[in-house]
Amino acid sequence: MEKKELTNKERLAIPPQKMPEQGPKERIGNVNEVPYGFTEEMAVAEAERCLQCKNAPCIKGCPVEVNIPVFIKFIAERKFREAVAVIKETNVLPAVCGRVCPQEEQCQKPCTVGKSLKSVDKAVQIGKLERFVADWEMNQAGSESPSIKPSTGKKIAVIGCGPAGITVAADCRRAGHEVTIFEALHKPGGVLAYGIPEFRLPKKIVGREVDNLVSMGVELRTNMVIGKIYTIEELMAEGYEAVFVGTGAGLPMFLNIPGENLNGVYSANEYLTRANLMQAYSFPNTDTPIARASNVAVFGGGNVAMDSARTALRLGAKNVYLVYRRSHEEMPARKEEIHHAEEEGVQMNLLQNPVRFIGDDKGWVKAVECLRMELGEPDDSGRRRPVPIKGSEFTIDVDVCIVAIGNASNPLIPHTTPDIQTNKWGNIIADPETLKTTKKGVFAGGDIVLGAATVILAMGQGRKAAQAINEYLATGAW
Amino acid sequence: MNKILEKEFFSPQVFRMKVEAPEIARKRKAGQFVIIRVSDAGERIPLTIADANASEGWIELVVQAVGKTTTDLSKLSPGDSLHDLAGPLGRPTHIEKHGTVLMVGGGIGIAPAHPIAQAMKAAGNTVVSILGGRSKELVIMEEKMKAASDEVIIVTDDGSYGMKGMVTDAIQKLIDEGRKIDLVIAIGPPVMMKFVSLLTKKYDIHTLVSLNTIMIDGTGMCGGCRVSVGNESKFVCVDGPEFDGHLVNFDEMMQRLSMYRDQEKESIDHACKLGLR
Ligand SMILES: Cc1cc2nc3c(=O)[nH]c(=O)nc-3n(C[C@H](O)[C@H](O)[C@H](O)COP(=O)(O)OP(=O)(O)OC[C@H]3O[C@@H](n4cnc5c(N)ncnc54)[C@H](O)[C@@H]3O)c2cc1C
Ligand SMILES: Cc1cc2nc3c(=O)[nH]c(=O)nc-3n(C[C@H](O)[C@H](O)[C@H](O)COP(=O)(O)OP(=O)(O)OC[C@H]3O[C@@H](n4cnc5c(N)ncnc54)[C@H](O)[C@@H]3O)c2cc1C
Ligand code: SF4
Ligand code: SF4
Ligand code: FES
Repeated sequence: MEKKELTNKERLAIPPQKMPEQGPKERIGNVNEVPYGFTEEMAVAEAERCLQCKNAPCIKGCPVEVNIPVFIKFIAERKFREAVAVIKETNVLPAVCGRVCPQEEQCQKPCTVGKSLKSVDKAVQIGKLERFVADWEMNQAGSESPSIKPSTGKKIAVIGCGPAGITVAADCRRAGHEVTIFEALHKPGGVLAYGIPEFRLPKKIVGREVDNLVSMGVELRTNMVIGKIYTIEELMAEGYEAVFVGTGAGLPMFLNIPGENLNGVYSANEYLTRANLMQAYSFPNTDTPIARASNVAVFGGGNVAMDSARTALRLGAKNVYLVYRRSHEEMPARKEEIHHAEEEGVQMNLLQNPVRFIGDDKGWVKAVECLRMELGEPDDSGRRRPVPIKGSEFTIDVDVCIVAIGNASNPLIPHTTPDIQTNKWGNIIADPETLKTTKKGVFAGGDIVLGAATVILAMGQGRKAAQAINEYLATGAW
Repeated sequence: MNKILEKEFFSPQVFRMKVEAPEIARKRKAGQFVIIRVSDAGERIPLTIADANASEGWIELVVQAVGKTTTDLSKLSPGDSLHDLAGPLGRPTHIEKHGTVLMVGGGIGIAPAHPIAQAMKAAGNTVVSILGGRSKELVIMEEKMKAASDEVIIVTDDGSYGMKGMVTDAIQKLIDEGRKIDLVIAIGPPVMMKFVSLLTKKYDIHTLVSLNTIMIDGTGMCGGCRVSVGNESKFVCVDGPEFDGHLVNFDEMMQRLSMYRDQEKESIDHACKLGLR
């Protein structure tokens, strides 16, 4: 029987579907993913909330312009395979993006449903729907590999196996080129593997995407630190006609305050790498240790800080303080992560800033001294600048501190390839449309160009770079 | 996968291992290291490239079994493979003609000193090597060091071989004899490097030390290997491993090396309990 078309009023009356998830008490005792995902019924109900707007403002909110109304309509019609196909036209990692995109700042922000109901929280949950169909596809047997054009015999080197590199490798391989990815670490995935924790992005999803690349015929070489084992110049001399640099923003920033080298003070990169990549969660069944602490302070307000704080809880901390120098409103983390962190008991120490770490007689951090802040005039970023309140010093007792104030660009590649120009922050300069660097044949994209950005922006650049690479290899024109 | 070609024990704890690694062998320079993993659940640990042969495609590691990973490594035999091997990492030693270079190697530190001695000699320096160990069996690679040096002085804590005393006593003796020393390179336990640096500072002799901090990635991504050098924080894996010994804060570095002492014990006890070793 033909289902009756819903009116817009009826659609707006459907409540946003709540994705079931592990309760906060239970989940801090394990590292499993927090939300379980929509059931088919929920996904269809959520999809029916979409008004299929003619002008589709949501598409403009998505950095890679996923054709949102079309894929959602397919979900409403239970044509899940078709829905995934639509997403994959522009986004090769929907299972990842559905989970980690800051949707409330991107596709869901301009959504008409959210606007009509006067809250972005009530927008159509585009990301969750994207995750649903991507997971659905993964559970189907024998999902087919994308078709690959006949071999061109041309070789491309991709440096770094994060989202940017993965995207370039897939798109260039499809065009029939021989692609080799060189990854510094022993495991592919970039931040998706070493940074973002299992409870937010299960590693098997990343593993599957990488397996897909390999089954398409992409060669993956781990443990290859480019700049050391080979310079870019040497790769080109070995016959790689184009090189893509997608090495990310892996250089941890520190606070540069006294006591920062005390034992127990970590960069977020180190803390998360130990926990995720090295699986210190399972120590001593795995060999890499991580400090187990009762009282942990995390400095910062972004996704990296939330991930660190929630990881500390899962490693058994009783008190986790998130020390952020601005207020709740200015926190750059995804809304869902802040919400999850608060539910799990992370204590938000807002408008506070650390000034020094204090050690015990064995050189282990025992306290951190902070100052209270107030918000002054807006700064360059448009956010109100935090200014310290004189004489407001106080200390927090801690045994582990995690500095999560951001990442700069790793200088390894620029240093060993002097003809690639960088800007004053050390980011590689690349044309925004073609991602060409100042060196002929070399392209760059993702965090190494953008500074610490997002998965979808890195992929978006990867996509453009692949197009430009394919064109360059066809015409030879630079 | 990198195949192990040879293994030989110098003493119950110290062994050398030749590993197939043609690309690294071609590229490595004196002073550089690799990072290895022994198994999929294994830790990443740094080891200096003690020797290499580009035409035969191997590198040699000299390792002291001190904990879980190095002990696991000591159990592998020729024909087995390392799970992971990445390198060469770190900045190579700056090689030039200084005049007389004093190479000071303590214990396992003699291994990383060897390729540097070779390169310094090849650059026209007079190389005097001081090899130190607690007792005779801990003085390794004597023949190789002799081949790479103009003169070799052996020192043991207990006097069981060579001069009795510490490497600093041997350095002091050379200074007292009025020997002109243009550069000291000291590699060994952190306390040794600290006292060598304190001594040479008195005489204003430029001194390089090779630091062995705890590492993970070895690419500058985590900051776990940071040390204070002249009040600046430096990452040993990318800015080093060699630094001016007169500027390094050794006390802080030693403190950081002890960060996981309890867990290192737990790790090896756990492996024993499971009957893994
Ligand atoms: C903890 C954390 C949480 C985050 N959460 C989110 C989130 O929720 N949503 C979101 O959208 N974004 C998030 N981000 C940001 C996002 O992960 C990055 O923007 C994205 O991964 C950048 O992709 P990329 O491919 O440019 O680089 P990366 O993912 O950094 O990958 C770079 C790869 O290159 C390798 N490499 C580096 N140097 C070399 C070399 N010399 N030779 C060979 N290989 C090299 C690295 O080992 C790495 O594997 C988060 C980041 C972190 C650190
Ligand atoms: C640049 C560099 C070069 C080195 N070269 C050599 C070498 O040629 N031969 C050799 O025998 N040793 C070398 N080391 C030291 C070697 O890496 C450690 O002995 C090894 O990591 C110990 O691991 P484990 O699991 O066996 O012992 P554990 O029980 O884990 O640790 C024993 C001690 O080793 C240190 N250590 C622990 N984990 C690490 C780690 N991930 N990275 C570095 N140090 C750690 C700590 O001080 C610890 O107290 C080098 C270290 C560095 C940084
Ligand atoms: S803006 Fe919202 S309601 Fe409109 S098409 Fe996009 S998702 Fe559907
Ligand atoms: S890729 Fe990200 S921004 Fe784009 S539609 Fe999907 S979840 Fe939204
Ligand atoms: S080992 Fe991670 S930065 Fe040096």
